[in-house]
Amino acid sequence: MSAAPEAPLAVTPIHAEHVALGARMVPFAGWHMPVQYRGLAEEHRAVRTAAGLFDVSHMGELELEGAAATGLVDELVTQNARKVEVGQAVYTVACNEAGTILDDLICYRRGAEKWLVVCNASNRPKIAAHFAAAAAPLVAQGELRYEDASDRTALLALQGPRGLEIAGKLGGDGPALADLRPFRLRDATLAGVACVAARTGYTGEDGLELFCRNEDAVALWRAVVAAGRPLGLEPAGLGARDTLRLEARLCLYGNDIDETTNPLEAGLAWVVKLDKPSFRGKAALERVRAAGVARKLVGFEMRGRGIARHGYPLCGTSGQPIGTCTSGSPSPTLGKSIGLGYVPAAAAAIGTELRVDCRGKLVEAVVVPTPFYKRPQR
Amino acid sequence: MGKNEVRADRRYTKDHEWAKREGVEVLVGVSAYAVDQLGDITLVNLDARPGESIEAGKPFGTVESVKTLADLFAPVSGRVLRVNSVLENAPETLNDDCYGAGWLVAIEPAKPEEYDALMDAEAYTAFLATTDH
Repeated sequence: MSAAPEAPLAVTPIHAEHVALGARMVPFAGWHMPVQYRGLAEEHRAVRTAAGLFDVSHMGELELEGAAATGLVDELVTQNARKVEVGQAVYTVACNEAGTILDDLICYRRGAEKWLVVCNASNRPKIAAHFAAAAAPLVAQGELRYEDASDRTALLALQGPRGLEIAGKLGGDGPALADLRPFRLRDATLAGVACVAARTGYTGEDGLELFCRNEDAVALWRAVVAAGRPLGLEPAGLGARDTLRLEARLCLYGNDIDETTNPLEAGLAWVVKLDKPSFRGKAALERVRAAGVARKLVGFEMRGRGIARHGYPLCGTSGQPIGTCTSGSPSPTLGKSIGLGYVPAAAAAIGTELRVDCRGKLVEAVVVPTPFYKRPQR
Repeated sequence: MGKNEVRADRRYTKDHEWAKREGVEVLVGVSAYAVDQLGDITLVNLDARPGESIEAGKPFGTVESVKTLADLFAPVSGRVLRVNSVLENAPETLNDDCYGAGWLVAIEPAKPEEYDALMDAEAYTAFLATTDH
């Protein structure tokens, strides 16, 4: 039903596994990716109640090592990289000088002078060039090694309340990963595969992200599926990934954040450390903070019959447009329809009534607290 | 209901609606292929109301899944006799039984020749084979 893509699509090392599992494959950011296997709702539920396994090898991995590595990461992101401990990861954004968002990233500190920076697939060329340009003089001085390792690195996300239990069945360091704290990482051997295991993810559930070499990815994928199936694990596609992240109010680059939005209005002030001496975009973000944000990214739920979609206008109660929906979907966990969007700061308070212009129909909605879903403490 | 099941007792459009003649009326729904493409259906909006006229090829509502929204196009022109009110609170009926309980509207056809011009099961099956999926 869709037109043939213009350029040949890239495939991950696990591509043949997805096809063999009967996944529906779609073009995504230049990649041929599984959007669903058995069904979005079933996969979503599996991640919330047991576990799901995602192939997210399309994401970008940048490696930096050397005396200048920590300083460079610290300069290019809004979080304080110098305060990140060895073996710790941090969610952050990279901004341009205008203070708007080039990408959101997770930066993993693998050693005192060794970093792994993970960026979105859609932004990889931009972010790789951004880091490479900043790295070049330091590389020339011998203070840094920089590599875009995306093409040799696979990434599996094992997410869900039983994720760590499943990892424990993979042998090697699997059982020990139960002691890994959230946003911590370590080198590990799982099912005979050398990987970096991090307790991070993009679903709002507990779980692991496992980085390994391309050539080991199928073995690791198969081992996790085999160990996980008896515990309720399902392979999960980009469709469930999107509904899971939306329920957890995790931003999607290109939808909720982009180069026209700044992290303060996007609700990401917590990742912006304005007390750092210097970082890219700091001056602009200081001006934004001093003036106050004009608009805010809010969560809303639909009260009337309708599903908000990316790009639908958000309106006041008399129907006047005041903002834009950036993400929207039925929430499989909550059984109602939810969304994110930018509205004027004055209309951002919890309980504010909105109308969503669903292709000409004004449907009632109300601003609600986020995240929409918070996992139970276990 | 098979994934891409096509039933021989009705006719089809290129937009994957089906039309089935039953006495004086034509029942309208969406095909199993369309349902499979959409995934879990979460909302059915039928804009057409009983008594109103709808025109072949013109939208009469939308069906939405978690992922996407699709317009519904009338396969034949005529007066709407009934709409399937079950779908308002149970849109998943389309996933369960798109050729039966998941019918959308019943139309009193104005131009019988429009029905005859729709694809029969054989032609629709051939059409699906040429569709990118």
